[in-house]
Amino acid sequence: MTAALETIGLIMRFGGITATDDVSFTLERGARHALIGPNGAGKTTFVNLLTGVLTPSAGKVLLGGEDITALNREARVKRGIARTFQINQLFGAMTPLEMIALVVSERLGEGGRPLARLDASPRLVEETADILARFRLDDIMDERISTLPYGKQRQIEIAAAFAAKPSVLLLDEPAAGVPEAERRELLDLVGSLPEDVSVLLIEHDMDLVFRFATRITVLVNGRVLAEGDPSEVARDPAVKAAYLGEGAHG
Amino acid sequence: MSTADLTARVRGSLVLARKWHPAEFVVWVMAAAAFVLFPRQLLLLNEIAILALFALSLDLIVGYAGIVSLGHAAFLGMGAYTAGLIALHVTADPLVGLVIGMAASGLLGLVTSPLVLKGNDLTRLMVTLGIGLLMLELANSLGWLTGGADGLQGIAMGKILGIFEFDLFGKTAYAYSLTVLFLLFVLARRIVHSPFGLSLRAVRDNPLRAASSGVPIPWRLAAVYTLSAAYAGAAGALLAQTTQFVSLDVLDFHRSADVMLVLIIGGAGWLYGGIVGAAVFKLLQDWIAWFTPQYWQFWIGLFLVAFVLGGREILHGGIRALVARVSGRRGGGS
Repeated sequence: MTAALETIGLIMRFGGITATDDVSFTLERGARHALIGPNGAGKTTFVNLLTGVLTPSAGKVLLGGEDITALNREARVKRGIARTFQINQLFGAMTPLEMIALVVSERLGEGGRPLARLDASPRLVEETADILARFRLDDIMDERISTLPYGKQRQIEIAAAFAAKPSVLLLDEPAAGVPEAERRELLDLVGSLPEDVSVLLIEHDMDLVFRFATRITVLVNGRVLAEGDPSEVARDPAVKAAYLGEGAHG
Repeated sequence: MSTADLTARVRGSLVLARKWHPAEFVVWVMAAAAFVLFPRQLLLLNEIAILALFALSLDLIVGYAGIVSLGHAAFLGMGAYTAGLIALHVTADPLVGLVIGMAASGLLGLVTSPLVLKGNDLTRLMVTLGIGLLMLELANSLGWLTGGADGLQGIAMGKILGIFEFDLFGKTAYAYSLTVLFLLFVLARRIVHSPFGLSLRAVRDNPLRAASSGVPIPWRLAAVYTLSAAYAGAAGALLAQTTQFVSLDVLDFHRSADVMLVLIIGGAGWLYGGIVGAAVFKLLQDWIAWFTPQYWQFWIGLFLVAFVLGGREILHGGIRALVARVSGRRGGGS
């Protein structure tokens, strides 16, 4: 079976700096895979290459075996790759209901219809309601997003990515900055994502990584330093030296 | 809570967001009542209705899609000249001129839309300003078609629907302009509450997330820019038909600047901003010109500075309070 997502010899140069250096990476179907690495390791660049924000200097990105290297962001979303952002990228002036409805309507191909009514599409209404319920946003669905607590905004960030019904979901530090009190709910939600979605978690937080991931890739200076299951990675001396040894827990 | 309950609540919430607010009816009843209450002011009211339509057109791109423009007069002028030329050379039927004027402006919007898709606010201001100036110079130099500096003269309009004849007091003119404004407003209202309208708000709020949610941003912006241009074309056609005259003034920079001011006064992004702003702007202009005919621009300028520095909150707060009083419902839905 082909992998959910694969990169082959991916290289990204910015002037003289090589931010992604010959990365060949495989995300298996249904994986709970974490990508870790110290600050400046090139994690965000890698995600930007996967999602089409950046075009690689060399190499390929395959989604379910299909070469998507030349596709732009919207086309990749349509093919089933969705992401959250390290810093919330929300529609602050909308309500959670509107934001989820927007993503669902784009996925159903309704977004180009100027005379249609949002409430007239039963599928749109049902799927929006499902996602609001799954991410426990139903109580606050009519509030303005910008007025909600940070933890809730983080949940919306994930819900919006999930609403695109991705086969591959990239979570960029989903718990970053979330206060302790709201953290548990968020981690539960991440943990209970359906199994048919392949998840790549980009994270600093080791607790979350070791709780959630069944496979870990360590990125240092744009290169893959190590890959394996959590216990292998934890034992790897090179990883300890480059990353865990720095005592970087956050 | 059960899934069916939540589904019903979601649908209810979506319906509520597009429902007419009682205060909205008040606006239109007032606009219609003005016809009877101020029979001597119908020419001014007609100007207000046309300016309101022009500002509504600008609101579609500024308020709903986040595209700023300093050259919106290009589309007003395109509509005005097209309607004027149709009346002179093809048919005196106002509705035909209106539709073709809208189509011509819409086409101009579509053709120029790639120029405003890229770049930030500043480049958009410069590009739209440039397009406005180009159109003005074009109209000026094509004297055989546009009459150049003399304008299009001798326009004689036929009856609307073959029944209503234009008169000297602006009775038919105001009724005509107000009807067109109302119909196009209802259409715009429908559009901004559609999935398409929601995607425009998404692009305005956060283009990065919009693109990551699968919104094809360039297509949506081109579509709303074209729509907005067609609306401006309708305002231009109404102007040409109700004044029976078109001059280079319709393409002048002050038209683009005025309509921006109108939208700033009334507030962008809620459709009524153009109507409120147009009424305030025109009435103020009229009132100041009455007591100081020579220096009215000075007072308008002073008002605008004071308004932007502090008065805006007072006016918009007042409107919100009024809306809240008209009904107990949560305001700001449209």
